[in-house]
Amino acid sequence: MAAKRSAVRVEEAPRAAPAAPKMARTSLDLDRLIHERVRLAIVSALAVNDELTFNDLKRLLGTTDGNLSVHARKLEEAGYLACKKSFEGRVPKTEYRLTATGRQALERYLAHMEGLIRTTRGQ
Amino acid sequence: MTRAARRDSDDPIPIHDRAIEDLSFIRDTMERAALVTTVPGWGGAAMGATALVAAVVASKRGSPAEWIAVWLAEAILALGIGGMAMVKKAEIRGAPLKTRAGRLFAGAFVPPILAGAVLTAVLYQANLTNFLPGVWLLLYGTAVTAAGAFSVRAVPVMGACFMVLGAAAFFLPASLGDAAMALGFGGLQIGFGVLIARRYGG
Repeated sequence: MAAKRSAVRVEEAPRAAPAAPKMARTSLDLDRLIHERVRLAIVSALAVNDELTFNDLKRLLGTTDGNLSVHARKLEEAGYLACKKSFEGRVPKTEYRLTATGRQALERYLAHMEGLIRTTRGQ
Repeated sequence: MTRAARRDSDDPIPIHDRAIEDLSFIRDTMERAALVTTVPGWGGAAMGATALVAAVVASKRGSPAEWIAVWLAEAILALGIGGMAMVKKAEIRGAPLKTRAGRLFAGAFVPPILAGAVLTAVLYQANLTNFLPGVWLLLYGTAVTAAGAFSVRAVPVMGACFMVLGAAAFFLPASLGDAAMALGFGGLQIGFGVLIARRYGG
C-alpha cells in the first residue's frame, strides 16, 4: 500500500500556470528525504512518541521488514533518526528516536506544505 | 475532474492537492501513532489490583446476585480507573484523544463489552451464572484484541491471552470461577500493565 502511495507523482509545476517558475522552485526545495510516504510516516510517528521499536513502526505503518529497514536507514544516515540496538533476552531489539535535526526537517516540511496550499489558494 | 478520477489516470496530481493529502497523511499517522502508546500501563495495573480484591470479596458472597454485584461494581471502578488513566497519559504526552484513531479504538472496544452486558442479564435470568467468568473473560479479550489492532503488540497479545483464559474457564469447575477472574482481570492486567508502562512511558 505504501509503495502504491509513494508511486503518486508530484507535479513539478503546471506549464501553463502563470506562477510556474515559483511553483517549480518550491517543489524542488522540498525535502525529498521526507517527501517519500514511508519515510514521512516514520518521521510523523516518531514526532509524537519518544521512541518506537522497529516492530511497533512496522505494525503501525503496515509495511514489510525490508521496506521499513531501507527507509529507516536512509533517515538515520541523514541524521534524522537515532537508532539504538539492544537485546531483550536473546531477541534483538531496535529502537528509533527522532533527532532534533529530524524534528526540524518535519517542521520545515509542514511549513512548506502549508505554504504551498496558501500560495495556490491565493492564485 | 475529481481527485479519485485523476488518480485513475496517468495525469500527475496537482501540487496543491498533493500538499493537502500530505498534511492529512501526516495528521492521520500522528493520531494513530499517538494512540499506539496512549493505552495506560499503570492504569491497567491498578485495574488488575482492584480485580484481585474483587475476586477475594466475590468468592465470599453467598448468592449469585451478590456475586454479580461485586463484579459489576469492580467493572465500573475499573472502567473509571482505565478511562482516567488514558486521559491522564494522553494529557502528559500532549496527545489528543478525540481523533479518528480514537474513535476507531472505541468503536472496536465497545461492542463486545455491550454484548457481555446483554449476556450477563440473559445468563443471570437463566440461572447459568457459572458461565459468566468465561463469557466476561472471552468478551473482554475480544474487545482488547479488536481495539488493540490500533495499538502496540502487547495489547492484542493481552487480549488473546484473555480469550484463551475465557475459553478455558468454560471447562473449569464453577468453584474456580473467581480464580479464573483473578488470573485474568488481576494477573494478566497487572502483568501486561507493568510491561506497557515500562516500555511505553506510563
